[in-house]
Amino acid sequence: MTGITGLLDRRRTVPQKYIPVLVTAGLFVAMFVAGGIRYENFATGQIILNVFIDNAFLLVVAVGMTFVILTGGIDLSVGSVVALATMLSASLLKDGWPAFAVMALVLVIGAVLGLAMGAIIHYFEIQPFIVTLAGMFLARGLCYTISTESIPIDNPTFTDIAQTRINFGGDLSVTPSALIAVAVVLIAAYVLHYTRLGRNVYATGGSEQSALLMGLPVARTKIAVYTISGFCSALGGLLFAFYSLSGYGLSAVGMELDAIAAVVIGGTLLTGGSGFLLGTVLGVLVLGLIQTIISFEGTLSSWWTKIFIGLLLFVFILLQRVFSGGSRRRAP
Amino acid sequence: MTEHILRMSGITKTFPGVKALQDVNLAVRRGEIHAICGENGAGKSTLMKVLSGVYPHGQYDGEITFEGRRCEFGGIRDSEHAGIVIIHQELALCPQLSIAENIYLGNERAARGVIDWNRTNYEAGELLKRVGLRENPTTTVSDIGVGKQQLVEIAKALSKEVKLLILDEPTAALNDEDSAHLLDLLRGLRDEGITCVIISHKLNEVIAIADSVTILRDGQTIETLDMAVDGVTEDRIISGMVGRALDNRFPPRTPAIGEEAFRIEDWTVYSPSQPGRKVVDGASLTLRRGEIVGLAGLMGAGRTELAMSVFGRTYGVHISGSIFKDGRPIEIRTVQDAIKHGVAYATEDRKRYGLNLIEDIKRNISAAWLKGLSRRGWVNEYEEYRVAQQFRASMNIKAPSVDSVVGKLSGGNQQKVVLSKWILTEPDVLILDEPTRGIDVGAKYEIYTIINRLAEQGKAVLVISSELPELLGLCDRIYTLSEGRVTGEVPREEATQERLMYFMTKGQE
Repeated sequence: MTGITGLLDRRRTVPQKYIPVLVTAGLFVAMFVAGGIRYENFATGQIILNVFIDNAFLLVVAVGMTFVILTGGIDLSVGSVVALATMLSASLLKDGWPAFAVMALVLVIGAVLGLAMGAIIHYFEIQPFIVTLAGMFLARGLCYTISTESIPIDNPTFTDIAQTRINFGGDLSVTPSALIAVAVVLIAAYVLHYTRLGRNVYATGGSEQSALLMGLPVARTKIAVYTISGFCSALGGLLFAFYSLSGYGLSAVGMELDAIAAVVIGGTLLTGGSGFLLGTVLGVLVLGLIQTIISFEGTLSSWWTKIFIGLLLFVFILLQRVFSGGSRRRAP
Repeated sequence: MTEHILRMSGITKTFPGVKALQDVNLAVRRGEIHAICGENGAGKSTLMKVLSGVYPHGQYDGEITFEGRRCEFGGIRDSEHAGIVIIHQELALCPQLSIAENIYLGNERAARGVIDWNRTNYEAGELLKRVGLRENPTTTVSDIGVGKQQLVEIAKALSKEVKLLILDEPTAALNDEDSAHLLDLLRGLRDEGITCVIISHKLNEVIAIADSVTILRDGQTIETLDMAVDGVTEDRIISGMVGRALDNRFPPRTPAIGEEAFRIEDWTVYSPSQPGRKVVDGASLTLRRGEIVGLAGLMGAGRTELAMSVFGRTYGVHISGSIFKDGRPIEIRTVQDAIKHGVAYATEDRKRYGLNLIEDIKRNISAAWLKGLSRRGWVNEYEEYRVAQQFRASMNIKAPSVDSVVGKLSGGNQQKVVLSKWILTEPDVLILDEPTRGIDVGAKYEIYTIINRLAEQGKAVLVISSELPELLGLCDRIYTLSEGRVTGEVPREEATQERLMYFMTKGQE
């Protein structure tokens, strides 16, 4: 009954939607402090910067995924598009293409792939899951038509970007890739929170039918988010190519799931309509910090990363349940 | 006669921070139909949830005595076991399952774990006969209308050997015909000895069917009236519900009707799901500035379909006909076109089609007019906040702030948000589809006041409503729709319920 929900409103008002993000932020700080206490040389700024450096591509991919998930969709193709981007870059560079032309082409291809999937999802009213699954196979398959082997990249522009370090003074430094990722995050956050496109993303995810009857451009929004995700995947692929200096069809297998995990741990509702880009950044940082801690531990196998991510995901899904659906079901 | 099947005494239920029920008493005599009336938020549903064990024993204070025994229900299973079945406003049926499967869901006719489908379907068929539903038990629930689904719910309750049947707003979603049938059925069940508790906003039904009525207000029992003894009228109940005599349910208004603002001519719409079926058939309507026009029709007459097909073709296929705005023909192919031409449509189902429930008030209000609140794609959030504040004040939206989540507001306040959203687009023509559905009496008055204000500002308003008294009290002119055709146009002076009903049922032989 409405009266009770109205009363609940008084009990906990605005902060509720920030709680998941705050929890993730708290978790990140706690992990950092715990690591600092347990290991020498852990609690330094460079550790956090390294997390950015090592996960720049994941961060960019997760940004695109955030847009998609906020509309209530999902994009499974991102890992394959990352791999395709590395493969395309490597093979085109080997053929002597200029580096910037390659980058531009790769980004365009990623965006067009996303656009196509978005259009299919919207106009044929097919679940995003299955369309992007098809996209995932397609992109992965295309990698192998280029080559089944790993192709090294020795283009000077790419190697320069890979080796450049930007110093912040002290012992702190980052790679250009990390800066690119941060720039993407800032732009995306701005778009999500201050533009009509951003509003349309939230409105579509909150209630697509209502958005339609409010005259919001649902079609354009849905296609836009998959295009953004495709573009971000291609950009993530470029960053991955800078990072690994090679193109390989088997790279970034399962990265779509890491990205989804980061978005969910960041507090974005899988059903759409609620979440923040800052949360996604924190989600990626938490995932990265888990890896760092496990590498500091030394004796643990890297699979423990997956175990922790799995446990964290459970916790955060339950958290979402408690703060959104769960209370709604109990209250009225 | 004075034997009570149910006594609830001193029921107090507290939610964090608020008392939803305070020392509520309810006594229901065996074999009667007992109505519970109260505004939204008065505590009716909470009380029924306490009774049916949704809020288990220990979460509330007070005592429940059913059939002479003290009851401490730990859950719905316990209360159902005792013979209390509650049918919620939102029906709890699985749409993809058959009628029979739904009836015996959780209570399967099985032998050693294997379901006996013959027995299931046969017994379901018997139950359907009892509730007067002529459908095959194997029909999928999603294939039958809401009215029939309601009957399936009752059949399900009967299958559990119900002694006390609780219906929460059973006729809210039903048309008059289905409602009448349902009420007849309840009378029949009463004669069979089943006690009914019915929660309803429709006071005419309460008068028609109930033997006694308990009125709740603000979580407290106000009074229990015996229909036979006390000579209860609708106004009597309303004054109990709102705590004051409500002389006039409709705010006064002096219409100032101007030029023609909006005209639809020869509007025809085909059903998207059943090819070849016309849902709107050559309908023509005219709205004038400053005029409130009603659109009456039974469920399925095509009222919403007409409105939505006009509003940016959001319903229907092969739409033909012409639309004139201020005498000039216009094209409305999308919702954006409609907004551009100053046409707004507030949906009958605001939760599904009208609001983003998980978003806050200000973003819901601004959603349809982001264009006006932004420059080159960037939203001016200060302006948005200011506008929302303005509406919160002028529309009297009761919420802690414009940052409150819309899903947690009461129906009346949600509707005010929907109206704010459309008023912000500065429309000349407003189509309001069931603007007061699921809204309590006090808030209805506020909504009527808003509608009058819109007309005063020279806007043309089309009100679609299933409640004839509402149309009679509000509108200057009323069109009737039957089977997609406009069958009548009645000016205020000549309009009576009987006359409207005559037109609404015309051509349905």
